[in-house]
Amino acid sequence: MISNFILAPILAHMITAIVLLFFWKNVQAQKTVSVIGNIVGFLVSWRLFALVWENGNMTLQMGGWQAPFGITFVSDTLSATMVMLTAIVSLAVGIYSTAATNISRIRYGHFFIYHFLIMGLMGAFLTGDIFNLYVWFEVVIISSFVLLTLGGKKRQMEGAVKYVTMNMLASSIFLTAIGILYGITGSLNIADLPQHVAAVENRGLVTVTALLFFVGFGIKSAVFPMYYWLPSSYHTPPSAIGAVFGGLLTKMGVYSMIRVFTVVFEPDDFMLGVFIVIAILTMISGALGAINKRNIRRILSYFIVCHIGYLIAGIGMYTELAFVGVVFYLIHDVIVKSNFFMMSGLIQKIRVTQDIYRLGGFYKDYPKLSIVFGIILFSLAGIPPLSGFWPKILLFQEAFKAENYVLLGTLIFASFITLFIVARIWSEVFWKDLPKPNAEEIDHFAPFHMRGRLALVLPVVGLAVVSLLIGLNASFVFEVAERVAHELMNPSIYIDSVMHHLK
Amino acid sequence: MELLLVLLVGILYSAGIYLILRRSMVKLLLGFMMLGNGANILIFLMGELTKGKAPIINGDNIHFTDAYADPVPQALILTAIVISFGLTAFAIILLKKVHETTGTDDLDSLNIQDLDI
Repeated sequence: MISNFILAPILAHMITAIVLLFFWKNVQAQKTVSVIGNIVGFLVSWRLFALVWENGNMTLQMGGWQAPFGITFVSDTLSATMVMLTAIVSLAVGIYSTAATNISRIRYGHFFIYHFLIMGLMGAFLTGDIFNLYVWFEVVIISSFVLLTLGGKKRQMEGAVKYVTMNMLASSIFLTAIGILYGITGSLNIADLPQHVAAVENRGLVTVTALLFFVGFGIKSAVFPMYYWLPSSYHTPPSAIGAVFGGLLTKMGVYSMIRVFTVVFEPDDFMLGVFIVIAILTMISGALGAINKRNIRRILSYFIVCHIGYLIAGIGMYTELAFVGVVFYLIHDVIVKSNFFMMSGLIQKIRVTQDIYRLGGFYKDYPKLSIVFGIILFSLAGIPPLSGFWPKILLFQEAFKAENYVLLGTLIFASFITLFIVARIWSEVFWKDLPKPNAEEIDHFAPFHMRGRLALVLPVVGLAVVSLLIGLNASFVFEVAERVAHELMNPSIYIDSVMHHLK
Repeated sequence: MELLLVLLVGILYSAGIYLILRRSMVKLLLGFMMLGNGANILIFLMGELTKGKAPIINGDNIHFTDAYADPVPQALILTAIVISFGLTAFAIILLKKVHETTGTDDLDSLNIQDLDI
């Protein structure tokens, strides 16, 4: 089905960003416009998902130039799901930022850049052209650079140097891979590439190109050994920014990896072996890194690394059921990770610190909020029936079926460490009494005006409800994940929807 | 000509990577510029060089009568140059700001906040 509607989620955020330019100094107007833009973006993405769910893949050939000559936009179920998730997170974080972001940040274009970031993510998920994907990546990283450094505190600067360096390196490697791929195939359209890749005689060159893509996307999605930029930078910006980064940016790398390695390259045993080994090392290093950290957001940064390992392991197993697990885990992970960052921001607002040993007595002071936080924490750990449980079972089962017991052991180990740390956060922050009341540690939350408090709590509760729904209504999410996995294992569905005019 | 460009790409990549691994911020920046230029020349090279034939085809011609240069790599390079220009501009400002706030050019001294666990 050909439709212009596929561009609507991108345009919604682009137009919002442009409108925001006209309210550069008017903070209140910026907040209102941003929330309206996010709601429109959410509704449009919901509609896109519904259309794709009912009618199958949607494509758009830009400027009427038919594939493989023009730039194509494609929305299959995976793209539509990712756009949907981006829209949910962007709405929640957008509302949260209206209260959590300080005025000077907003005056320097926080919301403006924020909408460009979301636009870039939507574009990356919807494009069907590999060079266009690179351009969307650049839109995303340049926006993230600005959001990360806005404010210019010393620790932000330190984190930003590592973040900028690694991301620019990843972009260079990605660009190199695209250059070589174009040289050996003469095409850039993702749907057109597989037939050309299959026809290349020099298989060694194909493997090298595939590895270059893997390294490029691997740095972006923070896999072992290239993950260290993430824990040293993600805790430096404000929580609202951390929420978008933690939830979505690394997942963009994983999405691209799934796309490239299911449609363009047919991974051989060597590539799959690389995936599995990298996944195992990522899970172990992420889990061990999280154990000795005291700052909630630093713990979470290592969790992001650790749980990327789950996704990579699923890709490495390369069976339909494993992909069901990957997609389900992706859906769960985006929601929970973003929510976790917002939760840590809320804790900081209430207690000033994020050091778990200096926190405490949360359950006594804020019992209702603590229950919401509990849902977030325990769905992250994967306690049934919350959302993290179902995909983990699938991945365990597939690893067992593949008789890869090292992988199975690592999956269980990483899960166990996650549970252990989550339990520790729960007991330190929520159950334990407040150690010694510190004079500086004043509650910034309680004296906040009602609307501000609502804007802080509502998104957290909303995303927690989404997590609960994913867990309790797992059959629908399974249905989505199964359809995505079916499309991933049969790339001809994707290819036919783009190249149908050639038949 | 091709061999010359191949060597140039190799030199730019290796010099770029070498400079990125140094501790100085200025060298980091230079390394990125070299890497970016190396990638652009690589794309140019991979599109197969055609000497003196602009990718402009006379409107009267219905069929290709000659070998023309491939326009796609040129378009890609143009886009990549603009992007790397933006990124480099941002990186220069960032590193200048980092130098102002920390007062050092040594990248290894930027680990203070990583020490507190």
